[in-house]
Amino acid sequence: MFKRKGKSNLILNYVILLLLVCLALGPILVLFFNSLKSFNDLGTNPIGLPRVVLIENYVNAWVQGEFATTLTNSLIYVVFTVAGVLVLGGMAAYSLARLDPPGDNLYLVYMLTLSTIPFWLYVIPLFIMWRNLGLLDTRAGLIIMYIAFNSPFAIFLLRSFLMSLSRDFEDAARVDGANEWQVMTRVVIPIMWPAFLTVGLVVGLGVWSEFQAALIFLQRDELMPVTTSYYNFTQRFGRDWSLTSAGAVMMIAPVLMLFLALQRQFVTGLTQGGIKL
Amino acid sequence: MPWLFIAPITLLHLVVVVGPSVAGMYYSLTEWSGIGQAEFVGLDNFRELFFEDRNFLLALRHNLMWLAFFLTVPFVMALAVAALLAQVRIGSMAIRTAFFIPYVLPSVVVASIWRMLLDPRLGFGVALENWGIKGLAYPYLGDKNTALAAIAFVDNWHWWGFLMILFLTAMQSIPSDLYDAAKIDGANRWQEFLHVTLPGIRPTIFFMLMMTAIWSFLVFDYVWILTHGGPAGSSEMLATYLYKQAFQRFEAGYGAAIGITMSAIAGIMATIFVFFRRRGWDV
Repeated sequence: MFKRKGKSNLILNYVILLLLVCLALGPILVLFFNSLKSFNDLGTNPIGLPRVVLIENYVNAWVQGEFATTLTNSLIYVVFTVAGVLVLGGMAAYSLARLDPPGDNLYLVYMLTLSTIPFWLYVIPLFIMWRNLGLLDTRAGLIIMYIAFNSPFAIFLLRSFLMSLSRDFEDAARVDGANEWQVMTRVVIPIMWPAFLTVGLVVGLGVWSEFQAALIFLQRDELMPVTTSYYNFTQRFGRDWSLTSAGAVMMIAPVLMLFLALQRQFVTGLTQGGIKL
Repeated sequence: MPWLFIAPITLLHLVVVVGPSVAGMYYSLTEWSGIGQAEFVGLDNFRELFFEDRNFLLALRHNLMWLAFFLTVPFVMALAVAALLAQVRIGSMAIRTAFFIPYVLPSVVVASIWRMLLDPRLGFGVALENWGIKGLAYPYLGDKNTALAAIAFVDNWHWWGFLMILFLTAMQSIPSDLYDAAKIDGANRWQEFLHVTLPGIRPTIFFMLMMTAIWSFLVFDYVWILTHGGPAGSSEMLATYLYKQAFQRFEAGYGAAIGITMSAIAGIMATIFVFFRRRGWDV
């Protein structure tokens, strides 16, 4: 396919690409179709369009899967984690990029090493410590962990964004008599919004989708994020695909809408280091 | 003053990640249920793991097979498709978006979709039978010969598009005069790909190979959600085995030993890559 030259052979490119686009999007369409089918319709027609559109599936899934509670929980985890990461990670990034602490390079190496420590190395002692501290099976316990997991990425991204900005505005503010706190809150934070948005999207998506830590560290149904709650839901209603599909669509709809609206920021952020298998 | 700004997040890290990691190393040398006193047993856990525990060795084997799959299949797909996509203009952005979408879906949803599609009675195989293509309706996730491959397929479905976008982004930063020079030298598109594109994105390929090598020993979500490591242990992985030992059988010390082993293997993988890089595979 690389050998021939000229424009005409781009047709082959398009054929292959469109087939693979079908492989990428087809399964998601099947999920959407199934979410609208009746139980009997699904039993005889599992892949195609619904014969009769059944919106009630969404109502049933919403009630039986307790999506009102779990979507709220996930939102709480996302908001508090993003806020914590931006505040604590942002402070560290600001210091590393602007205040020139002694040993900052060593600290970056430490941070890089730290971010590669596997979850499975420390999960057992962390679990036991969380139990002893009364943080097991609490919202705060999970949020603290999520902030710790996500902050190395945030520090690296915010730091490099800051390094790419000129210091002129800050120096001007200092000449005008602003102290360091005022320089940070009045000058630096306002120009950092693009980077905050990128970090917020990547971290938010990660927390929204997170499964293994929530599975291990939460037991109470009323605290569960939508992922582990949905997992339990699919275990309970294993064969009722119209119900589980409707639940899945409700979980991914906000993500897909946000992704399509802010695609550029998502892709930049994810390709810069929010990479997970 | 500068360190005051760094202290809070560093403290949080020490408490959540560093401290427990060190504690994990100690607990791997103990017999412990997670409650009460841990009994020091030296390297007993590791002896048991490597010389007596067939389930552990099986899981390790599955992780190695997983590694082989993920070092090849997604990379070949991503490189080939990135090369195809780099040549087209019309619709290029829309196609990129489509390839990226599976990556932003949560693992529980991806698993849910494919549990339906891989179902022997209602999956894609049955739909194809209605179209006249027979023989593909099969319990892929329920057969111990195919379960692991089916999980890898599902994980890759959500992963390879992202890898492709990474490669495509890297390809676009290759200076276009390199391609012009290749054309003047009479290179065809295959030679261009081999001698300009591939060397141009080598750092990205290299980095992602290394990350894949690390992650392959830590995989949990898709395996746990789709099969719990079954049927009959045929898709058991180190992470699912650790989870069962530590959180279902309350063998905290033994679980910690599995955790150390996984991390050590992942660390060795990373070291091998760094070593090759130093030895002139340069990036």
